[in-house]
Amino acid sequence: MNEIVDLSMLDWSRGQFALTAFYHWLFVPLTLGITFILAIMETIYYKTGDPEWKKITRFWMKVFGINFAIGVATGIILEFQFGTNWSYYSWFVGDIFGAPLAIEGIMAFFMESTFIAVMFFGWDKVSKRFHLVSTWLTAIGANLSALWILVANAWMQNPVGMQFNPDTARNEMVNFWDVFLSPMAINKFLHTISSGFVLAGIFIIGISAWFLLKKREVPFAKKSILVAAIFGFISSLFLVTTGDGSARLVAQNQPMKLAAMEGLYQGKNGAGLVAFGIFSPTHTDPANDQLHEFLFKIEIPNALSYMIHLDANAFVPGVKDLLNGNEKEGMLTAADKISRGKMAIETLRNYKNALTEGRKEEALQMRDKFMSKDFQANYFKYFGYGFIKNSNELIPGIQLVFYSFHMMVILGSWFLIFFILSIYLIVNDDITKRRLFLKIAILTVPLVYLAQMAGWTVAEMGRQPWVVQDLLPTVAAVSNINAGAVMVTFWLFALIFTLLLIAEIKIMTKQIKIGPNEGGH
Amino acid sequence: MFEQLSHLTLQHYWWAIISLLAALLVFLLFVQGGQSLIYEIAKNRNERTMIMNALGRKWEFTFTTLVTFGGAFFASFPLFYSTSFGGAYWAWMALLFCFIIQAVSYEYRSKPKNFLGQKTFDAFLFANGLLGPILIGVVVGTFFNGAEFSVSNLNASTWQNQARGLEAVLNINNVALGLAVFFLARILALLYFMNSIEHKILFDRSKKLLVYNTIPFLIFFLVFVIRLVLKDGYAYNPETMVVSMEPFKYFMNLVQMPVVLILFLAGVLAVLWGIISSVLKDQTRGIWWAGGGTILVVFSLMLIAGYNNTCYYPSNYNLQSSLNIVNSSSSKFTLQTMSYVSLAVPFVLAYIWYAWRAINTKKITEGEMTGKTEGHIY
Repeated sequence: MNEIVDLSMLDWSRGQFALTAFYHWLFVPLTLGITFILAIMETIYYKTGDPEWKKITRFWMKVFGINFAIGVATGIILEFQFGTNWSYYSWFVGDIFGAPLAIEGIMAFFMESTFIAVMFFGWDKVSKRFHLVSTWLTAIGANLSALWILVANAWMQNPVGMQFNPDTARNEMVNFWDVFLSPMAINKFLHTISSGFVLAGIFIIGISAWFLLKKREVPFAKKSILVAAIFGFISSLFLVTTGDGSARLVAQNQPMKLAAMEGLYQGKNGAGLVAFGIFSPTHTDPANDQLHEFLFKIEIPNALSYMIHLDANAFVPGVKDLLNGNEKEGMLTAADKISRGKMAIETLRNYKNALTEGRKEEALQMRDKFMSKDFQANYFKYFGYGFIKNSNELIPGIQLVFYSFHMMVILGSWFLIFFILSIYLIVNDDITKRRLFLKIAILTVPLVYLAQMAGWTVAEMGRQPWVVQDLLPTVAAVSNINAGAVMVTFWLFALIFTLLLIAEIKIMTKQIKIGPNEGGH
Repeated sequence: MFEQLSHLTLQHYWWAIISLLAALLVFLLFVQGGQSLIYEIAKNRNERTMIMNALGRKWEFTFTTLVTFGGAFFASFPLFYSTSFGGAYWAWMALLFCFIIQAVSYEYRSKPKNFLGQKTFDAFLFANGLLGPILIGVVVGTFFNGAEFSVSNLNASTWQNQARGLEAVLNINNVALGLAVFFLARILALLYFMNSIEHKILFDRSKKLLVYNTIPFLIFFLVFVIRLVLKDGYAYNPETMVVSMEPFKYFMNLVQMPVVLILFLAGVLAVLWGIISSVLKDQTRGIWWAGGGTILVVFSLMLIAGYNNTCYYPSNYNLQSSLNIVNSSSSKFTLQTMSYVSLAVPFVLAYIWYAWRAINTKKITEGEMTGKTEGHIY
């Protein structure tokens, strides 16, 4: 446990992880979705024998390959950064968090990397059936790898299936199925992969729209739009459903995050849902400069209470309830939680010191106390709060989380409409004549990336200051490294990722311009 | 099934899996070895394209094995992960940087408008091929030669050397291992080229380079092994967990675990036979002998690092902070749970083998690289 943490080092470490995660997530969702679209396209080719479908599959496969490589490059950094930059975290929860990473490697990465080789190089080396199976297995492998890392992430948002062991001073897994099948894990997985499917659908429609505007490769573009739009529409329905479930789970496990998402300062019965709002530039609460009132908002009365509790009059806590407590609702104050957390840390420290110094009987008594049901429920539960110096640290960046959340929801709604329009125009109308729609389709491509980033900003910034909800804040999880060292690697990563991103965009743009009929090398 | 096993047995089981992954990783470093040879072996564009495509079809296996090795180490021995990664920051960062630049280079090198130019991406691959194996060897060398860290009674680790892992290059044993891994990777790459490319000139050139690379490999490997068997090792008492220095610990580990000794010797002989048969008999199957031998040698070296009450990550700063498979492992429940997942490993190896064979049944030819082909060309 870090006694004294250099806050600039903490900021650089957080910045480095965020930078890597954002770059990684620029590429991963396309991989998740486009692999399934490829598999569907190749299946049509396999069934019909129509060479046009082979051409379509091979073109999107080329696009996928360009995107995939850089996703792999950024992915390896994330895995190792858990150790390099979050050393204490690695020990404190490694017993639980490490397992999904290992399973991801053994079950998913090898499947993906093995069959991707067959998919790329096997067109004239293996049978059509084996090639098709390889394409499907690549898609399944890619999405399985997402499953395990999202299980790990969900566990950090809602730690379940574990017990703290004072002898090893870490959390240990006691029920794998609780970790794997927690509602948070299932929901996060489904929401995240469906968002990837939506992105891939929009990406393909957007690029195909460009071909149609240029009056090039019309049959290719129309067929691509048909598959992508149907796939994207079904995925959008999943996205909306799982998004709704996600909000309910956040309310249960991360009420502060929900309060930030909705800009809800004072909890109330029958809380309204802010459909859209703009904050005042100046704060109104002298005790907390994070709390800015709304300049303007559109609120749907009682909708938040109903959405969270399926009861229009239910109570939803706000930021102030979570900080100052709410006796009526049985909520502790943040100061009380901090004091209980400090007691838990102190008891653990005393136990370990007694053990080290050979005071065995005293150590045994302290251990019994630590492990008692009462202590676990009333003190250890707030273990992470013991590292918090000021209760205001418990509030995430409200405006960032609020705007990101609303941007994600508004864009998500647009995507659903966009897919419906795409299907309508491709099935019932001549889409080639709808030039405005085709231009909008191209503009929707950057928007879907923006929605992805907004979603992860809500998930990760919204849970601050926690790495593991209520148990470990970022300030206690970070490695004991020199801030200068992390600063240097931050800029090196920023430089190299940016160079590779520019290369990726240029190559991708060129390949698209070349189109499906040329080799591209 | 795994419920019946003791925590200690599971710790041994998982060390064996980590050792197997390390062994597979070193074998797959032939991709890096090949990248370090691109400027020596390929004399024109067509030859370089053939070399790049032979390697490019396999680079992801190395990458995936490295990621899985990291993930499995994290899951089974998290105290190593938090101590070494959080401590030897610069050593691991250097390794990561040289792997980032590899991942994109194959895909981007020959694509039009690739921004940095083909020469840059080829230089990235060369840098990865040069530094990757050396850094991995040097880092693994610290398993035998120790590092400077301490671990508190709350299992929080602190690195005690300002060089943050770079100090490992000051130890001759670590450097010898790094260079041995580097030359071994090049040998494996040459054997792989002889096996997978149909090209007389490249075959002859590979054979010649094989001899040139075998000599430094043998020198560095022997330096490492001789110093290893003669040096004192970091032993712990399984009853008290007290760590002490034991004369000839690694030599004694080989003697006290004869199966490991046999695996080690068999591995060395297989590597040598792979090289000799390729040079003298123009064999193309040398990669399988040398590759199998590499796996056996690395596997047995990892076993003597962690088995027989040996600290696999010794602390030169505070001997009692040294990590062994008992004090650094995950809980019994976690190891048990992951052991069920490990049952998938033979299945994974089987489909990798099947897919590998399917792609490699037809050798790479100059015609394939320059003519019309349905496959993906790097």
